[in-house]
Amino acid sequence: MPDGTLIITRSDRPRWRDNIIIGIMAAAAGVAILVTLGIVLSLVFETLLFLEKVPLRNFLFGLEWSPQTAIRADQVGAEGSFGVLPLINGTLLISAIAMAVATPLGLTSAIYLSEYASKRARDWVKPGLEILAGIPTVVYGFFAALTVAPFIRMTGGQFGLEVASESALAAGIVMGIMIVPLISSLSDDVINAVPQSLRDASLGMGATHSETIRKVIMPAALPGIAGSLLLATSRAIGETMIVLMAAGLAAQLTLNPFEAVTTITVQIVALLTGDQEFDSAKTLSAFALGLLLFVLTLIMNVIALRIVKKYREQYD
Amino acid sequence: MINFTQQAGFGLRRRQRAETRFQWAGRGAIIISLAFLVTLFASIISNGLGVVWQSQIAVTVDLGPDEVDPEDIGGASFNSIVKKGLRDAFPEVEKRSDKKLLYGLVSSEAAFEIERQVSNDPTLLGEEQTLWVTASDDADLYISGQVDTDLPEKQRRISDAEIAMLDTMIEQGKARESFNRGFFVNGDSREPEIAGILSSLAGSALTLLVCFLLSFPLGIGAAIYLEEFAPKNRMSDLIEVNINNLAAVPSIVFGLLGLSIFLGYMGLPRSTPLVGGMVLALMTLPTIIIASRAALRSVPPSFKEAALALGATPVQAVFHHVLPVAMPGMLTGAIVGMAQALGETAPLLMIGMVAFIVDVPTSVLEPATALPVQIFLWADAPERAFTEKTAAAIIILLTFLIIMNLIAILLRRKLETRF
Repeated sequence: MPDGTLIITRSDRPRWRDNIIIGIMAAAAGVAILVTLGIVLSLVFETLLFLEKVPLRNFLFGLEWSPQTAIRADQVGAEGSFGVLPLINGTLLISAIAMAVATPLGLTSAIYLSEYASKRARDWVKPGLEILAGIPTVVYGFFAALTVAPFIRMTGGQFGLEVASESALAAGIVMGIMIVPLISSLSDDVINAVPQSLRDASLGMGATHSETIRKVIMPAALPGIAGSLLLATSRAIGETMIVLMAAGLAAQLTLNPFEAVTTITVQIVALLTGDQEFDSAKTLSAFALGLLLFVLTLIMNVIALRIVKKYREQYD
Repeated sequence: MINFTQQAGFGLRRRQRAETRFQWAGRGAIIISLAFLVTLFASIISNGLGVVWQSQIAVTVDLGPDEVDPEDIGGASFNSIVKKGLRDAFPEVEKRSDKKLLYGLVSSEAAFEIERQVSNDPTLLGEEQTLWVTASDDADLYISGQVDTDLPEKQRRISDAEIAMLDTMIEQGKARESFNRGFFVNGDSREPEIAGILSSLAGSALTLLVCFLLSFPLGIGAAIYLEEFAPKNRMSDLIEVNINNLAAVPSIVFGLLGLSIFLGYMGLPRSTPLVGGMVLALMTLPTIIIASRAALRSVPPSFKEAALALGATPVQAVFHHVLPVAMPGMLTGAIVGMAQALGETAPLLMIGMVAFIVDVPTSVLEPATALPVQIFLWADAPERAFTEKTAAAIIILLTFLIIMNLIAILLRRKLETRF
């Protein structure tokens, strides 16, 4: 080797080996698509079987939900009724209560944290709120059933209100608290993304801080906040354990928050735990409910994620 | 003119009051949320701490050769030995129904406990011995002072006659509270005083193991591909949107997927940590991918460029220079994902991990349950004594979650101080 010559050798590792590694990693990324496909295919397939037994019209517009499997073929009400409206009613009622609790709490704490709080306070309060998001839902469910429901029942009793021991209100309130950190952290990001120039302009015109927030920042952040509220609602609709433990199984068409209602998720669990025959309408209906839940939350998530993303780009 | 300034002055005061109100609304919201958090913790801790103590009752039993044959300990009827011991302690109890109450003061496990003590220490045999056995759940509630004796007898689970007998025992020093080792080393049981969390804890550990082994390599592989190698085309956009949406799919839907594909189509065994881990892996995959991509993105591009400039192939540049730096961030994501999986209940209900499991599972193919599912089962049980067990299991679950999150926070700090 002559002096002064720099020898550059490309790594002797053959390119095909790299390609295999990249291929394996691409396959790992493909799993994400497979999962979605798996969800859609399994739900759709079982739902089609279900619709062979129960017509779609009865499922979507029926007013009564009492799934049962006949003991004798000729018994009264042998096929049960699979009207999903009472379940949608219960799901929306509980989600509405949850959002009624979570929206004001989450939004105002996000505003306070991003606009007023000192850095020190923020460093303490934010992780504190995030703990709420990290608590398993089964713990919330236990708390709702053990502490919140009896409290509401007792308080309601003092005002002469008849409160069921498993009320929509207890489940909704606890679920609302669970969602607070979701709303507050998403809205926090959105509020922080509003350009400083808008704030400065408003303050420069003599508006107070709160006027600036209410009349300038909030309108500017509104689409993003709407997106985060939508995400939170979809979370509430898909929540299972809190409602399973605190809201009960009674499928009723009611808007009274003091009564027991049931939700789509609770019914899926009730239908699929315990004894089941695999091809009965009762078992299959759980998958139809699952598909309904999946489609409902998917639509909300897609819209919400799109709004949030678009909004972020607008100010970047 | 004067009028105008006055008006402006009034207006200003009004506006400033609105400002103060607004700030207090913000503080109020935070205080309400945090107060809820504190109430939740306080309620669970006050309900669950009592589990550390378990009441025991001393029974003087006759272990003479007539009752127990030293050659054949298992052949003896320890059940009747315990009953006789209790009868001897209360000779005044004669009615059948009262005797039944008396026997009910000790746990139905008492006979086994004596048998175990005897087999461990055969020197006990041959004479009368006073041995401690576990009290029943209702007796335990009374001994630990959780029964309101002012209530009318009908509204209590424990009758006046039982209370009288327990009072005598307490007076004679035959009832005590001792450390409840059983809760930590027993499996589930129908009897609250015997039920422990070890079976569900082992189930959770096995499930998480499967979950981690699947989701960590998959998640990291997917993240590296999407961040470093994927061509910017419609396919990668699709995968990206897909992952974001999967992260928001309700967990119970993953359970349905597991039920219909893993159990129904692939025929994997029901109720096992294997299937539970697979379902949870699919669920945590998006979390891990999103966190790992963020970690990869935070590595300065100069690292990779320097490696490429020195002749490394793109795969070498990523694996030798980017990945090691991003690793703490990826691990953080994985731990957060595992914490999520540890607390998840609903999908496990779908694949049958709600079974009543007494034995501690030792492999991923045995039927098992998980800690959060155990909490759900105990919360549903009618016996009041299970409330304490439920709260205690929650304390243990939360302790694990706090430890995992602390590790994640420490790792993140370490990563952040790098650049």
